[in-house]
Amino acid sequence: MREKKTVKRHLGLRATNAISNSVIHVLLVIISIIWLIPFVCIVLQSFRLELSGPVGYVIPKQWGFDNYAALLRTDFKQWYINTFIIALVNAALQTVIVLCMSYTLSRFRFKMRGALMRLMMILGLFPGMLTMIILYRVLKDLGLTEANAVPGLILVYVASSGMGYYVSKGFFDTIPKSLDEAARVDGATRMQVLFKIILPLAKPIVIYTILTAFMAPWGDYVFARYISFENPVGMNVAVGMYKWLTLDQINSNYTMFCAGGVIVAIPVTILFLCLQRYYVEGVTGGAVKG
Amino acid sequence: MKQYSDLEYLQLSKWKKFCYRILCFFRSIPTALKNFVFGIGRFFKNAALAVVREFKDIFFTFKDGDVHTKISYAVMGWGNLARGQILRGLLFLLFEAVFIFYMVVSGGYWLSMLPSLGKVGPGKIYDPIYDVYVYQYNDNSFKILLYGVLTIFFIIAFIYTWRLNVKQNKIAEDIIKSGKPLKSGRDDLRSLVDDKFHKTLLALPLTGILIFTVLPIVFMILVAFTNYDGSHDGFINGLFGWQGFENFRTLFSWKGANGHSYAATFGEILTWTLIWAVFATFTNYFLGMFVAMMINKKGVRVKKLWRTILVMTIAIPQFISLLYVSKMFAKNGIVNGVLLDLGWIKQAIDFWGSTANNGLLARVLVIVINIWIGIPYLMLIATGILMNIPADLYESAKIDGASGWKQYTKITLPYMLFITGPYLLTQFTSNMNNFNVIFLLTGGAPTNASASWASGNVGYTDLLITWLFKITTGEDAKYYLASVVGIMVFVVVALITLIVYNRLPSVKNEEDFQ
Repeated sequence: MREKKTVKRHLGLRATNAISNSVIHVLLVIISIIWLIPFVCIVLQSFRLELSGPVGYVIPKQWGFDNYAALLRTDFKQWYINTFIIALVNAALQTVIVLCMSYTLSRFRFKMRGALMRLMMILGLFPGMLTMIILYRVLKDLGLTEANAVPGLILVYVASSGMGYYVSKGFFDTIPKSLDEAARVDGATRMQVLFKIILPLAKPIVIYTILTAFMAPWGDYVFARYISFENPVGMNVAVGMYKWLTLDQINSNYTMFCAGGVIVAIPVTILFLCLQRYYVEGVTGGAVKG
Repeated sequence: MKQYSDLEYLQLSKWKKFCYRILCFFRSIPTALKNFVFGIGRFFKNAALAVVREFKDIFFTFKDGDVHTKISYAVMGWGNLARGQILRGLLFLLFEAVFIFYMVVSGGYWLSMLPSLGKVGPGKIYDPIYDVYVYQYNDNSFKILLYGVLTIFFIIAFIYTWRLNVKQNKIAEDIIKSGKPLKSGRDDLRSLVDDKFHKTLLALPLTGILIFTVLPIVFMILVAFTNYDGSHDGFINGLFGWQGFENFRTLFSWKGANGHSYAATFGEILTWTLIWAVFATFTNYFLGMFVAMMINKKGVRVKKLWRTILVMTIAIPQFISLLYVSKMFAKNGIVNGVLLDLGWIKQAIDFWGSTANNGLLARVLVIVINIWIGIPYLMLIATGILMNIPADLYESAKIDGASGWKQYTKITLPYMLFITGPYLLTQFTSNMNNFNVIFLLTGGAPTNASASWASGNVGYTDLLITWLFKITTGEDAKYYLASVVGIMVFVVVALITLIVYNRLPSVKNEEDFQ
């Protein structure tokens, strides 16, 4: 009698489990649809030919690649190359800076360390927007605005990137210190420890840093707008394409914006999805460490 | 109020416990503030003592030192050179030479102009030969302020180096007295990749931060005390000068022109900023956790697919996704079009333009779209943390007959909150300064008619940070006001951080969950 009862309960559990699982699957499908709708819309509308402004329906009546061809007649190519160069150089330099900073703060115990970290926390609380005005004027004095905005933007991105050391410092903290000490006992200098022992172990965080540094410039709008100052030669994609959606241009350039968006998003998205694993590691580690 | 012991506290009812804790929180604020003030006092006392100690040391080093040490007080690096530390000596000497050269050539000028920020403004000069007025530009307030601050930085660096130079002489004398050899230039170079490696590593990043973060922030704080704006740009339109606390008074005056006041506008935007930050942070947090739990549940298939779909919103640059979504909700956008086609509404809804109930529709929509942006991050983070919760906790809870909801409130939620406490705090502060979402989605719209007299065309969804941006753009950009607002944002964010951070469970009792 007693055995029968337990069996029954097990069955009941399994049944409720199946129900809840199917509910969850339905929910997940709904969520996925919501999340994908904007992207599907943007792709579909980039192929629309009959009207170039925003419309109230999703599926185009006439299909074609004209919007993509139209992109070539604008400064889009220039903006794309600009952004790509910025992203590439930024990824390389910013990674070096961030790794220097985070490795040092994780491994060395020097006199000003605590004060330095506190200072950077306080600096981080200031709205970065505020510094734009002066950075613009400084870069203008250096001749790094408007047509020369690309090196100017790189300079600013890279120079202030040391502040974002938290995530990779958290990662370095998890590499056991005994490794360093063993190598030091064997006569390695601190530099050799870094290059021969720590860096090979830090591959995930290096990739995470490169990835985030590469992706950030694609989305920067405000600062890039300040620095390029209406000069199409120095714009990045965000600044250039933003204009297509302003009131006076939206009716003629809306579908072109969609096409440009697709072109910008595809390589970044593919890169991101390929390296997703490292991104997840970085984000989770960073959040746990705070 | 009565203070309960641990045992008494446990006996209270749930509601009383809750009230008690809230009361405790507010009661602890005065103590926290007191500690803060005393902490500042202690800091200044220690700083004063340190300065006295330094001066004593400098004095006695001079008194007891030999000739080389004494000369080093005027000629930096002399002692090093005389004792055979050529490399160090040359560096010191070079630095002193550069410093003196700079001060004579330009530093002195900037410094002398700093108190006035420029004396002769732009003007017109009559040119009798061509019979025209020629514009003439003279002092440049902006440059004076900028290079003045830079010169002060440089002077501080010089004093520090000079002190270092004095200290080194003392150390060198002590070493020579004890009969050991001094470090050679080669030793110094080697130590830069070895036990002084941190200096090599930090040199570049810190220089960057100093010039591109610290200097601009100091500059902008100073701008709050000037009248720097579009018509006083310091060079072409006119000089700007020091105003003292005038701008702060403007922001906090309750009475302005036509019965309006900056204080009221500021308060209105600050309130919305805080509401936004609370909703944006917590909706994302709980919904993201919920989605992560759904995906992680045993028996759910193609976990990777769900995750990848969500993660797409992170991958695609925000200016594309947010701008596009903003246009989807426009009056002639897809959402309205589809709803009209379905016959669910008779008239297009003006999502971004409706000012009813203080722009409630736009405000809610912004928070909802922010969920769309934010859930993927939280999903990733929560997934990582949820997997770390020991499975036996759930097993034993199940055996004790705890329901799913109970398991969630008693195990999952406390664990998550414990681990992600600091993250939630940074999330909150960065949401307060979330420029991208607001600017790309609404640009601050719908326009807040009653507040729009204030600079920058204030809208109902404007955060302090987007308002700040609006103040600094356009013809009548009021940079000084933007600086004041920026400083107030800093004060608010710093206060929240200060109050919350030390009461986070993961900071207070680190060992609880380990």
